[in-house]
Amino acid sequence: MSGASGHRGAVRLLAGRILLLLGVLLVWHVLTSTGVLPKFFFGSPLTVLENAARWFVSGKIYRHLGITLIETVLAFGIGTGLGLAVGLWLALSPTASSLLEPYIKGANAMPRVILAPIFAVWFGLGILSKVALGVTLVFFIVFFNVYQGVKEVSPVVLANARMLGATSRQLLRHVYLPSATSWVFSSLHTSVGMAFVGAVVGEYLGSSAGVGYLILQAEGAFDINTVFAGILVLTAFALLLDFIVTLLERRLLRWRPTAASVERV
Amino acid sequence: MSPAAAPALALERITCTFPGAGRAAPPYTAVADTSLRVAPGEFVSVVGPTGCGKSTLLNVAAGLLAPTAGDVRVAGELLRGLNRRAGYLFQTEALMPWRNARDNVAAGLRFRGAGRKESRERADQWLVRVGLDGFGDRYPHQLSGGMRKRVSLAQTLILDPAIVLMDEPFSALDVQTRQLMENHLLELWSADRKSVVFITHDLEEAISLSDRVVVLSAGPATRPIGEFPIDLARPRDVAEVRLTPRFLELHRQIWELLKAEVLKGHVRRERP
Repeated sequence: MSGASGHRGAVRLLAGRILLLLGVLLVWHVLTSTGVLPKFFFGSPLTVLENAARWFVSGKIYRHLGITLIETVLAFGIGTGLGLAVGLWLALSPTASSLLEPYIKGANAMPRVILAPIFAVWFGLGILSKVALGVTLVFFIVFFNVYQGVKEVSPVVLANARMLGATSRQLLRHVYLPSATSWVFSSLHTSVGMAFVGAVVGEYLGSSAGVGYLILQAEGAFDINTVFAGILVLTAFALLLDFIVTLLERRLLRWRPTAASVERV
Repeated sequence: MSPAAAPALALERITCTFPGAGRAAPPYTAVADTSLRVAPGEFVSVVGPTGCGKSTLLNVAAGLLAPTAGDVRVAGELLRGLNRRAGYLFQTEALMPWRNARDNVAAGLRFRGAGRKESRERADQWLVRVGLDGFGDRYPHQLSGGMRKRVSLAQTLILDPAIVLMDEPFSALDVQTRQLMENHLLELWSADRKSVVFITHDLEEAISLSDRVVVLSAGPATRPIGEFPIDLARPRDVAEVRLTPRFLELHRQIWELLKAEVLKGHVRRERP
């Protein structure tokens, strides 16, 4: 795929995608404005957009969005750090990993969203309880990826590093860690998404601020348009976070083969 | 034995037995009662049928694997743990994929405590020596198979090991690249004579490179069954030397011995 035809193809694809979105919004609009679907339950796309725009114009949204994003970033950072540390430790210590294995499996199998009420009791209705929920979601993704990453370090690369004189600390720093971080980065998209889910669900279950709180309030008032506006804003920011992750990944995983770079050789 | 006369590497009556795979499976003896001595500066090739335990022997020499019985002596001293005087060129990809060519070559120096700048400078010099000038910033996946082997070679030789262990290093390369690499290896070796143990299943490669060819029996319980000094003149060109009458004669002699083992190995694999 290259040259003018590829460029034209990409433009057409983009146009097609935008048309699809507009089409769905149009159908939604027509169905609700003609009364086929009741406006009370399904809202109206124009009002949803208007509500979302009003949030940004009045500036009401920024505080709530800021809190949700802070919760997301904290949950992501702490969850990733813990996952990396525990993953490395268990992968390199067979005794500890066989001792803890059933408990880790159990903790992972448990639907952790139900921990939200407990965290609310422990940490209150502020930021902390949401961060805690996000951490439990992020931790396991990162943990399993790091564990896998360390287990799948090529034994030849390892033996080679040892023959080149690496001490066990140097092996950890120069072989295990890079291998594990590459796995962490490949799970970044999922874990950022999970941190976001943790923040919003936590807010939704009990809070005094945040986008989840706005949605909860609107729902209490049967204001379906505002609920949709909240969902719209959340989706937009989830996409933005995902985009940031993609940029980060491109910078940090330069050494990994991609289809494009293999072609270049 | 005086230190000067001590072989650079001596495997003394090495036996390697691995536990069976299942509970009922009998233990598997890969190498039995094998002795091998390599003089300082000598290039020794070890040939044998595939799966005969050649790599096991090399891992023992490297100190990566402790033998069940027998001793390894390096310059007369008993080996404990890793063989610090040996460099190891592996059969499969051994470069760290997250480091570019320069940092891969510099890795050993860095591990041994050399400074970053100095290590990189020396790595660049070695990249030039192996014909990869200007490729320092490429990551392994951006290099061809032959180039990656050159990086591995530089990575091993930059540490100036007294002994170089090579495990079918060129077996994954195409014939042309392979001959280039073999000539290149001879060039590097003759400039700075190290003891080399070169493992291969390719008899022509073994004869054209070495001072001595050791033939191993088919596995299990592999042991050496023949030893042939190679009296071909140096410097050699690996492609041209294959056409000389003496080469053909040596090839015929060694092949006669090796052929029976290859057939045995074959029969054993077909009917286990």
